[in-house]
Order: sequence, then C-alpha cells, then structure tokens
Amino acid sequence: MSVTYIDAIREAQAKLLREDPRVFLYGQDIATFGGAFKATKGLAEEFPGRVYDAPISEDAMIGLAVGAAIEGMRPIIEMQFADFSSVAFNQLVNQAATHFYRTGVPVPLTVRLPSGGTPGSGPFHSQSMESIYAHYPGLIVLTPATVSDAYHMLLDGVALDDPVIYCEHKFLYRWLKAKSINGDYLPIGQARIARPGKHATVVAYSAMVHEAIRAAERLHEEGSWEIEVVDLRSVKPLDIDTVLASVARTGRLLAVGEAFPWGGVTAEVVARVAAEGFHLLDAPPMRLNARDTPVPYHPKLWAAHRPTPESIAVAIRQLLSF
Amino acid sequence: MLRARVLENKLSSLYKAGKIVGGVYLGRGQEAVSACLGAALIRGKDVFAPLIRDQAGRDAFGESMLDCTRTYLGSSLGPMRGRDGNIHRGRPTEGMPAMISHLGAQVSVVTGMLFAKRQKGELAGVVGATCLGDGATSTGAFHEGLNLAAMEGLPLVLVVANNQFAYSTPTSRQFACRDLVEKARGYGVAGHVVDGTDLLACASVIGTAVKRAREGGGPQLIVAHLLRLSGHGEHDDGSYVPDTLKAGHYGRDCLDVAKEQLVETGAATAEEIQAWQEETAEEVQRAVAQAQQEPTPDPFTEDWRALSTRFA
Repeated sequence: MSVTYIDAIREAQAKLLREDPRVFLYGQDIATFGGAFKATKGLAEEFPGRVYDAPISEDAMIGLAVGAAIEGMRPIIEMQFADFSSVAFNQLVNQAATHFYRTGVPVPLTVRLPSGGTPGSGPFHSQSMESIYAHYPGLIVLTPATVSDAYHMLLDGVALDDPVIYCEHKFLYRWLKAKSINGDYLPIGQARIARPGKHATVVAYSAMVHEAIRAAERLHEEGSWEIEVVDLRSVKPLDIDTVLASVARTGRLLAVGEAFPWGGVTAEVVARVAAEGFHLLDAPPMRLNARDTPVPYHPKLWAAHRPTPESIAVAIRQLLSF
Repeated sequence: MLRARVLENKLSSLYKAGKIVGGVYLGRGQEAVSACLGAALIRGKDVFAPLIRDQAGRDAFGESMLDCTRTYLGSSLGPMRGRDGNIHRGRPTEGMPAMISHLGAQVSVVTGMLFAKRQKGELAGVVGATCLGDGATSTGAFHEGLNLAAMEGLPLVLVVANNQFAYSTPTSRQFACRDLVEKARGYGVAGHVVDGTDLLACASVIGTAVKRAREGGGPQLIVAHLLRLSGHGEHDDGSYVPDTLKAGHYGRDCLDVAKEQLVETGAATAEEIQAWQEETAEEVQRAVAQAQQEPTPDPFTEDWRALSTRFA
C-alpha cells in the first residue's frame, strides 16, 4: 500500500475534523464534489455540517475565515487554484496578516493553495504564490515537498495561532507516493537535508526539491559530485541556520524556485547567505527560477519555463566550475 | 449622538491644534443613523463592525470614550497601542472587529463571526452589523460579502449611509441605480430606506431591521439618505459639496432635528439636553486629559513581531 501527497492532505483534514471541533472546511466545490483535485473527497459525508461549498467569492471566503477565527474557530479554506487567491489578496495581506499585530488577537486560519505548474495548465492555473505572501509580515508560508510533510505540516499549520498559507504542489498530488503517511517529522520552521553532499548546496522547496535531487543524482553519475539538497519546508519562517550550516560544508550555493525570478524566496536565500555567510562562500551564490513571463500553456513551453533537472544540473556545473 | 458630536468637535480642535498625528474622520451628520444602530445592538452578544463615521454607534454600543481618545492620541494603553490609529480601533473578542481601510472588507468578516457562532450553536437571537458609505457599495468586497451572507442566511445588518460623497466623488460617479436599496432585491435580502436626518425614523427603521434579523429574517440592507456635514476628514474642507445640497432637506443637521423631536415628544427638555451636553463636555475633557498624560509607544521596547507564534 502506498499513500500519495494528496491522500496525505485529505487524511490530515479528516483527522483535524475528527479531533478538533473548531475546524471546518470552506471552499469552492469541496463538499459533495470533493474538490477540484479531490482533496476533500468524502469529507462532507463523513463530517456533516463541517464541509461547505463556497460561492466564487475568494475575498469573502477569507473574510469569513478571519471572522470565524476571531470567534475561536480554525477554518481551513481551499482556494481552487493558488492563482485565484489574488482575488483574496486584500483580505489575506491586509486583514488576516495585520490582525494580530494591530489588535493582539490572533486569527488562526489556514488557506490551502494548490500551487505550481502542470502540463497544459497555462497562465492562470500554474502560479506559485509563496514569495508574494512571504513578503507580508504576519503570515506563515508552508511549502511541503514530501508526503509526510504534506500531512504533518497541515496538522501543525492548523494548530498554529497565526494565518497559514499552505502551498501544496499540484504536480506532486498523485505523482508523489510514500509507503507511509508518517515519515520523518520535523517541526515547522526547520529545514531538512533532503540529500547530503559536500561539493555544493542546492536550496529548494516544494516540487523543486525533487527536481534538485534528480539533478544531484545526474551529477553524481557523471562525476561523483556530491550535491547537498536542502528542503526549506517552510519559506516563512525561513530556516537560514540550516542553509548556512550546509553552505559552511560545501562553500557553494544555488537556490532553486518555481516562482517568477524577480525577488522572492530564492533572492531572499541568496541575500541572507551573502549577508550572513559571505565568508563561507567559495563561489558567487546563484539562483534559478522560472522565466520572467507568464506560465505558458503548451507542455513544451512549460517544460522550458520552469527549472528542470537538466537546467538545475547546468546551473550546478557552472557553480562547481567557478 | 450628542455625545459623539461633542467628542468629535473636540477631536477636530485637537487635530487643528496639531495634537493628533494622522487623520481625523468625523461622523457629523450621520450620528442619528449610527447611534440608532449601536443602540439596537446588545454588547456582549451581538457583533458591531463600525466604519469611519460611527463614533455615535460605537458609543451607543458601549465602547469606552477612552478607547477613542487613547487611540487618537497614541496612548500605549489603548486597544491599538500605537500600532494603528483613529477609527481603526476595535476589540474583536468583545464583538467589535477593528476595521481596515479597504472598504467593504468588514462585511465578510462580520459574516464569518456569525458563521462561527452558528457552528458553535450560539447564533440564536444574535445579529451582526456593519456600516458602509455609498462609495463602499461599488467594491467587490461589498458584493461578495453581502451575497455570501445572503446565501448563508445569516443575521447580518448592513447599514449604508448614503452621504452623497465618497471623499469628493458624487454618487453620480458611483452608481447608476435609482436608489441603493434596489440592490437588496438582487441579493435576495430585505431592503429598508430611511431619512438619515430623522432620529425617530432611524430608530424605527433600524430597530425594525435589527429585530427582523434577530428573529431569523436573514440579512437586512438599510440605506439611510443624508449629507455628510464635514469633509472626508478634517484635512478636507469639503468645498466641492454644492450649496444647494447643503441648503436642501438632507443638509439639515440630524442633531438639531433630534433635539426638536425629543422636546416635542416630551422625552427631554431643552434644559436637560443642555445639561447632557455640558456633562459630556466634561467627560470628553477628562478622557482627553487622561490619554494625553499616558505613555506613548516606545520603539525600543516595542515587540516588533507580527506573529503570535514563537518559533523555537
């Protein structure tokens, strides 16, 4: 028996509904239909009165969650696609994110963002929004890359008193499998060494962890290079200590992200390492992101838009050659 | 409403004397509407999300005058502790969410508070109210929030003060419907219209709408017609408001109308009203003096963290 990444998300929600009466789910097509990706399949039947179909009103869905959280509930909001959360941007960054600092009252709500590209999804069903939300004080941004993290980080995220942006990668939903839902466990805020190495550090998160590991495997095959891959797990808080410790071992840094290249998580990682660990670097730190265009529709264009094992390997070779 | 007027006149003076940092936004001309809403709500049970011209409603709902003066004057002992100012104050866990500047955004927040009360089995006999101006009805948040409340069948009372100007923009550049109350039908909610300058009419119409929501009648949209008797904020002289409007029916001061009504109906004498005004002026002086003597926030001891979670 194996369990997929989306199974883990469903099981985490089932456990939360079972064990915490404060939890309810609110999102478009998530009740009887079970969600556009079936992340809530069967939950409406199993937990009557706890799983609600929402109107196509992303702004009001988050406003509702803020109100419910003020009243002591733990709402989980499913955005049908991360891209659509832009409609709720105001409620997320101005209402939810500022609430604790302004009023002293935390608003524990979790927003699930089906994120990232899949072939044929195009400009409006492929976006990675983690950098946008990480920019705002008051939000926690989680980017699980494994089945176990998808499960535990959703449980842990809902338990936090602050608003949580949970970025789940659509490409991993059914492709990523594990023997058990209960794999390695780390608390939120700690990065993980996904693959140990000594010649260079590749920092990645979400689906890019797997692409980075593939690239590291290629370099091992072609030159016995030992590339360390750090999985950030959460991009905010950012565990820069684990990154710096890795760079201290390898002396080289490549930060990989699927989001657009201007600013963002990879820029933050490079800036922090350059500022706090400049003496550790034997080569200029590098970044690799998607291209600076909207995410294209055609699979051939899409595959060349995002970082791939091939393009990551090219970047690592450049890093090693310095 | 008299208390709000006296307090806000003082705030205006403080602003003009340079004693208040940031903007001052008055509810002059809207006190009757706001006070009648606040008075119809029950503190400790209902939800009230005031907007920028609701000092009268806040006072009637039971907000302490010190919350107001402390926030405007930057006392670190106020509910916002210098982290936010003026009309953005609130006590969310006491049924008074703190507004953000983005108009319409509180509609869905109040709806969410009511939704949570229903989930918890605590909704019976409860209402949640929030206020908007004519300009806010043009926002997507207003549409999404009211539609959501209507679909969920929650006891939301939405009071729109059509004060004829959104900052400087007249309603002719805001909407094309004959009367904003026509929108109620489109959302499937009850609609009410009232002369916002008429205290007794406001008490009746708003009281009835709140009662209906309380009794399970679903969302209520109340549109109050009036004229803003100040600028958008005290930085604005409102010179764009035509004299013809000021001289018209809605240009009359709701406070003057209310005084006449109280005297005519025998509810109070002119002397009693005068005494209230003097008592309030003293109370305002005390609340201002106290807030002015209190410590202001200290950037060196400020907790510069936006999260309540303390990561290891």
